[in-house]
Amino acid sequence: MASPRRKGIRFSRLYSFSCVKSAFGDEHSQIGLKGYSRVVYFNDPDSPEQTLLRYPSNYVSTTKYTALNFIPKSLFEQFRRVANIYFLVVACVSYSPLAPYSAYSVLLPLLLVIGATIVKEAIEDWRRMKQIHLDLTNNFQDIEANNRKVKVYDRDHGFQIARWKRLRVGDLVKVHKDEQFPADLLLLSSTYEDGICYVETTNLDGETNLKVKHALDVTCTLHEDDSFKHFKAVIKCEDPNEDLYSFLGTLFYNGEQYPVSLQQLLLRDSKLRNTEHVYGVVVFTGHDTKVMKNTVEPPSKRSKIERKMDKIVYVLFSLLVFVSLIGSFFFGITTENDIDDDGEMTRWYLRPDQTTVFFDPNRAAVAAFLHFLTGLILYGYLIPISLYVSIEIVKVLQVIFINQDMDMYHEETDRPATAKTSNLNEELGLVDTIFTDKTGTLTCNSMEFVKCSIAGVAYGRGLTEVERALAKRRGDALDDSEVTSSASTQSDDGMAPGKSVKGFNFHDDRVMNGQWVNEPHADMIQKFFRVLALCHTAIPEVDEDANEILYEAESPDEAAFVIAARELGFEMYERSQSHISLRELDHESHQKIHRPYELLHVLEFSSSRRRMSVIVRNVENQLLLLSKGSDSVMLERLSQKSQDFVNATMDHVKRYAEAGLRTLVLAYRELSKEEFSSWEKEFLDAKATVGADRDALIEAAADKIERDLILLGATAVEDKLQIGVPECIEKLENAGIKIWVITGDKMETAINIGYACSLLREDMEQIVITLDYPEIIELEKKGDKEAVAKASRESVANQIRQGTLLLSSYEGRSIYPALIIDGKSLSFVLSQNLEGSFLHLAVNCASVICCRSTPKQKALVTRLVKKGTGRTTLAIGDGANDVGMLQEADIGVGISGVEGMQAAMSSDFAIAQFRFLERLLLVHGHWCYRRISMMVCYFFYKNIAFGFTLFWFEAYASFSGQPAYNDWYMSCYNVFFTSLPVIALGVFDQDVSPQLCLKNPELYKEGIRNILFSWPRILGWILNGIICSVVVFFFTTSSAAQQAFRRDGHVVDYEVLGVYMYSCVVWTVNCQMALSINYFTWMQHFVIWGSIAFWYAFLLIYGAFPPLFSTTAYQVFVEACGPSPFFWLGTMLVVVLCLLPYLLYRTVQTEFFPMPHDIIQKWQRETSDGRSGKVREKDTLLCK
Amino acid sequence: MSSEDGPSKKVSRKPRYSRFTQQELPACKPILTPALVIGILMCLGIIFIPIGLLALSASENVVEVVDRYDDVCIPSTDQKVGFIKDPATNKTCIRTFTIPKKMRKPVYVYYQLDNFYQNHRRYVKSRSDRQLWNPKAESSTTPCDPEGQTGDGKPIVPCGLIAWSLFNDTYMLSKNDAALQINKKDIAWRSDRTHKFGSNIYPKNFQNGTLIGGGKLDESIPLSQQEDLMVWMRTSALPTFRKLYGRIETDLEANEKITVTIQNNYNTYSFNGKKKLVISTATWIGGKNDFIGKMYMAVGGTSIVLGVIFSLLYVFKPRPLGDPSYLSWNKSPTLD
Repeated sequence: MASPRRKGIRFSRLYSFSCVKSAFGDEHSQIGLKGYSRVVYFNDPDSPEQTLLRYPSNYVSTTKYTALNFIPKSLFEQFRRVANIYFLVVACVSYSPLAPYSAYSVLLPLLLVIGATIVKEAIEDWRRMKQIHLDLTNNFQDIEANNRKVKVYDRDHGFQIARWKRLRVGDLVKVHKDEQFPADLLLLSSTYEDGICYVETTNLDGETNLKVKHALDVTCTLHEDDSFKHFKAVIKCEDPNEDLYSFLGTLFYNGEQYPVSLQQLLLRDSKLRNTEHVYGVVVFTGHDTKVMKNTVEPPSKRSKIERKMDKIVYVLFSLLVFVSLIGSFFFGITTENDIDDDGEMTRWYLRPDQTTVFFDPNRAAVAAFLHFLTGLILYGYLIPISLYVSIEIVKVLQVIFINQDMDMYHEETDRPATAKTSNLNEELGLVDTIFTDKTGTLTCNSMEFVKCSIAGVAYGRGLTEVERALAKRRGDALDDSEVTSSASTQSDDGMAPGKSVKGFNFHDDRVMNGQWVNEPHADMIQKFFRVLALCHTAIPEVDEDANEILYEAESPDEAAFVIAARELGFEMYERSQSHISLRELDHESHQKIHRPYELLHVLEFSSSRRRMSVIVRNVENQLLLLSKGSDSVMLERLSQKSQDFVNATMDHVKRYAEAGLRTLVLAYRELSKEEFSSWEKEFLDAKATVGADRDALIEAAADKIERDLILLGATAVEDKLQIGVPECIEKLENAGIKIWVITGDKMETAINIGYACSLLREDMEQIVITLDYPEIIELEKKGDKEAVAKASRESVANQIRQGTLLLSSYEGRSIYPALIIDGKSLSFVLSQNLEGSFLHLAVNCASVICCRSTPKQKALVTRLVKKGTGRTTLAIGDGANDVGMLQEADIGVGISGVEGMQAAMSSDFAIAQFRFLERLLLVHGHWCYRRISMMVCYFFYKNIAFGFTLFWFEAYASFSGQPAYNDWYMSCYNVFFTSLPVIALGVFDQDVSPQLCLKNPELYKEGIRNILFSWPRILGWILNGIICSVVVFFFTTSSAAQQAFRRDGHVVDYEVLGVYMYSCVVWTVNCQMALSINYFTWMQHFVIWGSIAFWYAFLLIYGAFPPLFSTTAYQVFVEACGPSPFFWLGTMLVVVLCLLPYLLYRTVQTEFFPMPHDIIQKWQRETSDGRSGKVREKDTLLCK
Repeated sequence: MSSEDGPSKKVSRKPRYSRFTQQELPACKPILTPALVIGILMCLGIIFIPIGLLALSASENVVEVVDRYDDVCIPSTDQKVGFIKDPATNKTCIRTFTIPKKMRKPVYVYYQLDNFYQNHRRYVKSRSDRQLWNPKAESSTTPCDPEGQTGDGKPIVPCGLIAWSLFNDTYMLSKNDAALQINKKDIAWRSDRTHKFGSNIYPKNFQNGTLIGGGKLDESIPLSQQEDLMVWMRTSALPTFRKLYGRIETDLEANEKITVTIQNNYNTYSFNGKKKLVISTATWIGGKNDFIGKMYMAVGGTSIVLGVIFSLLYVFKPRPLGDPSYLSWNKSPTLD
């Protein structure tokens, strides 16, 4: 190396598999063609060539609107709704003589409604911009992100600080440790001599491990700030796309061409780790970056209630058309009769001889048709104009309650529950099936080293949670020490208090505190811990303050191993490119000594290899191969010379797996020099190969050395259940919700977790569907894929049949069996037309566990149940692999936990802990469902009660289209006199208190069965509305028939009857509200009685305007109605008559056919009575 | 793992407690217990029955005489329309009836029309409030067509179909051959007199067309004093309606014979409308109105009966109170 050696470590040797040196592949021939046309002039963003390309700036905006497009875009959004279009058309038509009302009175409510919606949109968008992302992560927080600072190279002044949004394509930037990359950069060089750097991509894919990026050899020598003075290069590469895992380009530098790949690309929103700084060139900016291309709007979900609501709106539209048709039919007949057969006028006062087309008896059909249009406008009150906006306002307010709920706030992670959409609140009350991930959702995803088996002896005394659950179920008494230990492990879930160490929960006096030296197999134990301390890719970080060593590991399991080694006396404190240094306890001298190991090769872990190895040379100059891997893989590779404790170890491994632990087997081997050198040559050759088979060659080479291993023992790591998971699951099951666990874990682990979280019980039979049968394995070995597929399918079908048979014998029993299926079988179920029978089996089982399933299967299973049963599904998960499932399900709930934010970002609700799901569903879900469904029903009720009075009046006005009321009374109906109570209902109503919701999960079944929004109930409300309108119209008109209604002999005319009827309607619908809600705070009182009072206030004010404006309302209340006792008596009579049927219905229903909430309300009342000191006797009912 | 630049103080995202955000506002939670329902029903009964009795007795005190005359004040049965349309015929008609009970003053005289759609949209809109109030707006007759302007384009005041079809039957009442004075003052609403019909507006070109509708107006009297017009133009809500004709300011004794001389001018024969003369007294509840009193009695009575039934059910067949163990659901999960 010509350049001066600085603090350089060549880590590239460590990484044999992933650190692929780029080579021109076939794809590179596409550069410059379609899809690969991007050209970036490095370090020269001002050059005319670059500016000509007009790539966007680095400014990002994730909000829906900008200041400019807000008005047109939001208006467009509004008028996408059919109902709003209808109202707009009505408003336009109202300028024509077709309209029964004045144009302004039609426009005003429309403007108010649209205005309110737009304001709501603006507020939501503003909140989205300001806050929502702040709640979850600071990545997308636009303002902040756009103004973050980064060092940008300026040819004249060196590196200058600039804002992110000022970055342009071609800019050269310097990013320091722990900073985020401002755009997609091409890595040029890093502080490491070989140009590698570590990148954390948690924000992109949720993976916590660090990834290595590798600069091109030609550029990695540019180490200094001023080495860029004359640096010039051009890259041609692919166009912006959303694929995070591909990048193709060609670098033109110094007249040569070099291929560039994903290895050189640093993605925006990932973070630089363990590297002092890097230099990079901006390739994609702003919305062209891969991460922004990936932030697609999650699929917009609509709740079932809303979809049903649309149907009701259609029903009402048909009702509207029907009613208008009737009206126009009769209107046509009466109009035709206005001139009789002799040509004489009958209703001469209408002057049918000189009339307009709207009333022309000679063209009665035309008049009838035009009248039909008028009718559509007139009876438009059947369609509640303010329904949508009210519901949206209500939902936004409900979301605030969800976000503000202190019982769903997690102190340790400082995360409240967050609803990311307000569309699905009520859907939370309808959930029938929950699909849950295991790791990180049911468990904490913080691995703890709890047990190990060394040389056939099991160590580690602590009971795992699964063991505890099993013991509890068996009724064993736990002794005190175990109980306390469980208590202490419960508390260290997040922050480790005092002595306990995160990731380490191992208790055994035989090996701790250096006592292992007295054990019979002390040398084995020493080797075992050395493997733990050496065989990994973790990097130590010395925390100066605490004088502690922390580890940056690729996975929590690995961290747990290194920590365990440290705690047991094998502390890894330094790692360089070629050495790993341990501080270890010598088992002879009992002294801590430093032991460096020369690191020769790392054979990395991969999911196909399921093992990793390192080759080291110790101070005694021994060459050692240290391996760890999954039991099945390692077992094959053990030395044939039989070791006596293999069976014992495998026994332990099996027991550990049963106890819900993750196990790995550890082994080693000494290599002879000759063996090593011959192998190394082969291995290096393989590594140097260029081409597609390179990986296969390396793998084959690694396979050659990882043989004849000597078994050391096995480790067991626990992924602990989150607090409150079993209780929560039990509650949810009592609420009638079915829970499916879909996990990638082994079947044993999954089943045991199932026991631990009380999904499975001892008394439950298990139906297991698996392909783990000898015949099939035999077939697989033969390699005949078709035969395997055929046999597998048959086997799965057969097992499903048997399961169904078994299930049918359960008819009428209280406990149903559980279904367990593995991923392989699942893939046959999903692809081989077995969905139907599987679904039938699965939905009838008490619980379902799918193990070994892929992310895609998670989504497919979710879709299968969603589509197959038509019931509401909820998926909950925390990792990037759950995203598909979250988006597929009706509701996606993300756990904003350890595994990054990917799941939380694409979810509809984010909570910090699984146990909050209980409150989210049973309390908020139930309430929101109840509120929204009542609200919608009530909305239709109030509009029908009002709209039909117009129709009845028409029948008495020869269907001429004259409304019964003053225009402005009507236009204020939806907006002023009835809107607030219904919003208050939607926001505040509670049938029972949250404590009782949680205590009586059965209440939730109201939602699962959707009984509050069933068609009978909806039609019942519609019917109630029609009854009310009949009562209002016919009782007002017959009571005020022709005679005087005052002492001074005045009779009821059009103006008075309008006020009279309208008052009755306002009173009726508001009192109906008061009757149907269960929860009166001062707000309910205020809005309900306020709305009624406002009607009279409105009459006074409007009636005081000059008659030209107030027309028929002029002084009508002050002069005519107010002083008349008849008016008030009549109102009272009609209102009571309207409400009495409902009251009686409710009484009979609560008394004789009570719904769950009725029972619990009564119970709530009783128990609170009991608490207040009354002696309560059951079954006697004398509350006097 | 957020970027902590320096000693950045992290603001806790913990929701702040308030009774509002935690949805714990003090609230009254009424539920329909049997006791409450029985209480409500009994209260309704106790309140409604006396009100009903009061209203009924008030209505009983009203004396009302209704006399239909359109069918008798016409000579031949098949030429009704021709007769009424002929301006030359003598349309005087004399009717007599007996006062059944003493009628204390003021006694109101009404005419009642039937099958007359004053609430027809074409009819209701056919007026110009501007013209009625503002002398300068005389020519704003747009909504009044075809009675807005005369043939030669002069504005009609008051314009529109309502005014044009003004009721023009007249009644002369006499008791024992002595004429009974009918006071036609203050029969319209005060707001009409003072704010809708101008005192400086005089009828113009009214009823001058080829087709005569109803009554004519004295062109020397301002609209604010044309109370018959005001009463007529305050349109009725329903096709059967009464309108105030005038007041008799003397008591009428029981069994007195009243003779009415009717000028039967108004054409209701074209559309088969009835015409009735009504004389009635009024109390605090207005005119004769048994309906409201009877309804009050009925509602009150029903409430009490229902209350008693519920009480009996409640005493003899008590339902167990709310108990979550009654939350029995059909547990078998089925797929359909």
